[in-house]
Formats: sequence, C-alpha cells, structure tokens
Amino acid sequence: MSPEMIRLIANSTGETLYMVAVSALIATLFGLPLGVFLATSGKGELFAAPWVNRILGVVVNATRSTPFIILVVAIIPFTRLIAGTSIGTNAAIVPLTIAAAPFIARLIEGAIREVDQGLVEAARAFGATPLQIVLKVLIPEALPGIVLGLTLAIVSLLGFSAMVGAVGGGGLGDLGIRYGYQRFMPEMMLAVVVVLIVLVQAVQSIGDRLARHLNKRIRHG
Amino acid sequence: MNAPLGYFGDQPTQRLIPAEPIVRLEKISKTFPGRDGQPVTALQEIDLAVPQGSILGVIGRSGAGKSTLIRLVNGLEKPSSGKVIVDGANIAALPESALRHARRSIGMIFQHFNLLSSRTAAENIALPLEVAGYDKAEIKARVEELLALVGLTDKRNRYPSELSGGQKQRVGIARALATKPKVLLSDEATSALDPETTRSILDLLSKINDELGLTILLITHEMAVIRNIAREVAVIEGGRIVEQGDVFEVFTRPHHEVTRSFLGDEAGRVLPPYVQSRLTHEPSPNSQTVIRIGFRGPHATDPVLAKLAREQGIEANILSGAVDEIAGRPFGTLVVSVPENASLKTLDFLNKHGLDTEVLGHVA
Repeated sequence: MSPEMIRLIANSTGETLYMVAVSALIATLFGLPLGVFLATSGKGELFAAPWVNRILGVVVNATRSTPFIILVVAIIPFTRLIAGTSIGTNAAIVPLTIAAAPFIARLIEGAIREVDQGLVEAARAFGATPLQIVLKVLIPEALPGIVLGLTLAIVSLLGFSAMVGAVGGGGLGDLGIRYGYQRFMPEMMLAVVVVLIVLVQAVQSIGDRLARHLNKRIRHG
Repeated sequence: MNAPLGYFGDQPTQRLIPAEPIVRLEKISKTFPGRDGQPVTALQEIDLAVPQGSILGVIGRSGAGKSTLIRLVNGLEKPSSGKVIVDGANIAALPESALRHARRSIGMIFQHFNLLSSRTAAENIALPLEVAGYDKAEIKARVEELLALVGLTDKRNRYPSELSGGQKQRVGIARALATKPKVLLSDEATSALDPETTRSILDLLSKINDELGLTILLITHEMAVIRNIAREVAVIEGGRIVEQGDVFEVFTRPHHEVTRSFLGDEAGRVLPPYVQSRLTHEPSPNSQTVIRIGFRGPHATDPVLAKLAREQGIEANILSGAVDEIAGRPFGTLVVSVPENASLKTLDFLNKHGLDTEVLGHVA
C-alpha cells in the first residue's frame, strides 16, 4: 500500500470521526431532553402533556421514517442556512444531526421508561420536584441504558456518514466509492471496510464497558 | 428551614396528655374511574385518627383499600371527598409546592424498598436531604447519624445490589427519617422479607418509635406485624374500617368476621380437622359442647381446667390450644369440649373467672 493511499485513508478517517463526533454530540443535546420529555409527558406522568407528547411522537416518527439519503437532499436549503454551504464535511453534519436526534430521543425514552416507577413514587414521597426527579432519579438510574443507546446511535452514524459522500461530505464512505469503486481499486475498498469495522468494534466495546461500569444493579467481582 | 442536627432533640418530647392526633382522616372516600366507565370505590367514609407517638397498624386483605389509604396521608393520592389532616394541615387541599414541603415531615418506606441502584447506601440516604437543599457538611453529618441509627455504618459505600433485603429496608428507613419527619408511613415494609428479618426490622421500627417519639402508621396483611409492634389497629375490608381499637382488645375479642380470619391461622384458633368436620349447630343426645376459652392478660396462665375438675367435677377434653403474646401481653386460647348437660355450669364457671367464652358448636 502506497504512502499516498495511507495518507488518504488517514484523512478520510479523520473526517468521518469529526462528522460523527460533532453530529452525535449535537444530536444528544437535542435528543436527551426530547427523550426525557417523551418518557415523562404521557397521561398522568410527571410533566403530563398528552397532546404535545403525541405531536412530538409523530414528528419523531416522521423524521425516522425518511430514508437518510432523501433527508440529505431534501434539507439542502436548511443545511445551507446553518452551515453556510451545502457541500463538504461541515455541511454533512447537519443532516447527520437531524437524522440522529429523534433516534437518540427514542432510545433515551426507552431507557427512562425502564426505570422502576417505585423510585419515582419514593422521590415524590420525600418531596422532590419533577425536575429533581428527572435529574437525580431518572437520568442517573437510566444512565447505563442511555450509554448503550448512544453507542448504538454512534454506530448508526458511522454507517450514515458513509452516505454523505453523495453531497461531497468526504469521509471513509466517499473514499471507498471514489477510489475503490469508480477507479476500481479493490485494495482501497477493502482498507475502507476494515477501518470501518475496527471503528464500529471500538465504539461498541467502549460503550459496553462504560455501561457495565455504570450499572450497579449487578454485582461485580 | 434547616433545623439543627440531632435526631429529634429539637422537638418537644412526648406529652403525657394525649395531644391532638398527628394524622386524622375525616370522612374519606375515594373512587377511581373504572375500566368500563363504572367508578370503582376504593375507600368509603373512612375516619381514622393516629395519636402522636403511637404505632397504628391497618390490616386488610389485598384489594381492601389499605394501599390507597396510606398514600392519601402524604398526598400521593387525593381523596374524592373528606379531609386528610397531618400535623394541622389539610394535605388533600394543599397546592403542589406546599405539599412537597409537607412531605418532608412525612417519611415513607416501601415493600420493595425503592432504593436507587445507582447510589450507595449513604448516597441513597442523602437524597432527600439534597432535594431539601441542605448543604454538604450537614448532609454528611446527618447521613452518618442515620447510618449509625440503623446499624449500617460499615455498609455506607455498598450499592443496594450488594445488600440483603433487611439491609435494604434499613437504608429505606434511614432515608425516610433523613428530613426528621413527624410521621413514618410503612407500606407493607416487611412483606418481602423472611420472618427473622421481619422481626429485626419491626424491632428497629419499635426502637425508633420509642427513642425518637416518631408516630408510625403502617399497613400490612400480616397478623404478625400487628401483633409485634402495633398498639392500635384498624381492620379494613371492602374500603371500610370494620373494627378499630387497642390491638389486644381487638384481637382477643374480635367482633368482625374479617378480624377473626386474620386470627384464623394464629396458634390455638384452628380446630383439628376431625372436630371441625363433625361440628354441628344443634346439640344431639349425648353430644359434647365445644367451647373456645380466651385467656387474657393475668389469667392467661391460670390452671383453670384443673380447678373446673376439682371444684365442679366437670372434666373437659382439650381439643386445641396455645398461649401467646399480643402487643406484649400474654393471651391464651383453648378449645375444649364438655358434656352437654354440664355446659351451662362450665360457661358460668369460666365467666366468673374472668375468661372469655364462645360456644363453637356441638360434637356427637
């Protein structure tokens, strides 16, 4: 493998990591409160607002059911508004974030709903406010589940990021298509796939390990 | 609002004259919307007063409404009608923020402990204090006191998953006492524990009641809990209180069928099957009368049957019996049979000796 190829792979890996890290971070900033709200705003719950809950649910589902490549193209005007351009790595972060936020919200909603309602009742019984219940009971108790959900979301983002090559987003997927496929360099294709496998593997084992460390429900050692 | 630390040293000690009850339910009714649109009545016209410093137990079968009843006291449920007065305030009418404040003086413990799995024993106990806005140093000092009180000082850094059921409930008790409540609510707190652990948790609750003068309202379906720590009892059935009073009085002279059923499996109250199956309402020629004798307090250990034989010449067959203790007072039950023609004389003799009698039937 030539030094030139290695440089290309290293660059693309950097682009992919940048896109995924930034979009995962921003998507979590939106997805976490949204997920908490979805989990606590049903009828008779802490922040009961059944109608808002239903509408948000529909919006989340709609976003999640739009195929990613269509989302990328459909929101180009919005991307230009936010990123100032519709091509390049920074522009790719916008659709990645929009695709990931509702996904993360659903995963966090699921993790929060797993928390024993008895704990909420106990917290109410000693005088906690709904916000205190969220911050001191629900999120800490759901943390192992939230970490596993975020791990899943990051792995999905690695896959999605390969598609943004279509709008000049760069990254490993772009490299694989342009060199591996269009210039017929199977060794480049292979290298891209191997790097992606290693990345996914690394993300998954870090996430698993962190979740296990945070989970005090089972005895360790 | 942060009162000085110390268990309950800042509160007046128990008054000798019975004060205004600390918890009073007045004409409480509660209906839930049912599945088919028909409202379901959980509680009807409940009147209940918990005197300051007492331990009052509410016993009932599952579905009798006891869980709803205890949750009314700290406002987790709102009554459909009636008043819930705790320490002078009508809990049912308080706005949310005032209710949250009031809840700090009402501790609660649960059947399944409801501890945070992500927090250690000490951190669980600290939670109500964090919520109430105490500062770090106060929290640390208070948590240490509470750990010592429940005997878990050496387990402070253990997570709930590393503790036994009894230890978890001790953490639950310490957490409930953190904000120095005036009342402790116990929602089937020992129902998930084995008998030995139950005993130790009940001892701890008794100690807390004794030493801190804390009023305890507990609900349970277990007779043993009432017998061991309650001083007063209310029997609840179908959303109504059917019997209420001093534990010893209620259980040695039960009036209601449900109360008797809770005594049912208690020692000495079960008739041997061969007697039970032959029991009839009407006497027949040469039949024997089956009498249950209740010995209360000082008479519990009197050799009364020996006296009956010696002074009256009536020989009684013992069918079953036991001597036990309720609320710390001895209490005996004996089921005997005597010849039909001697039964009136026997009853007269027993009653004269201050014993309770009940004719259960006749056997041929």
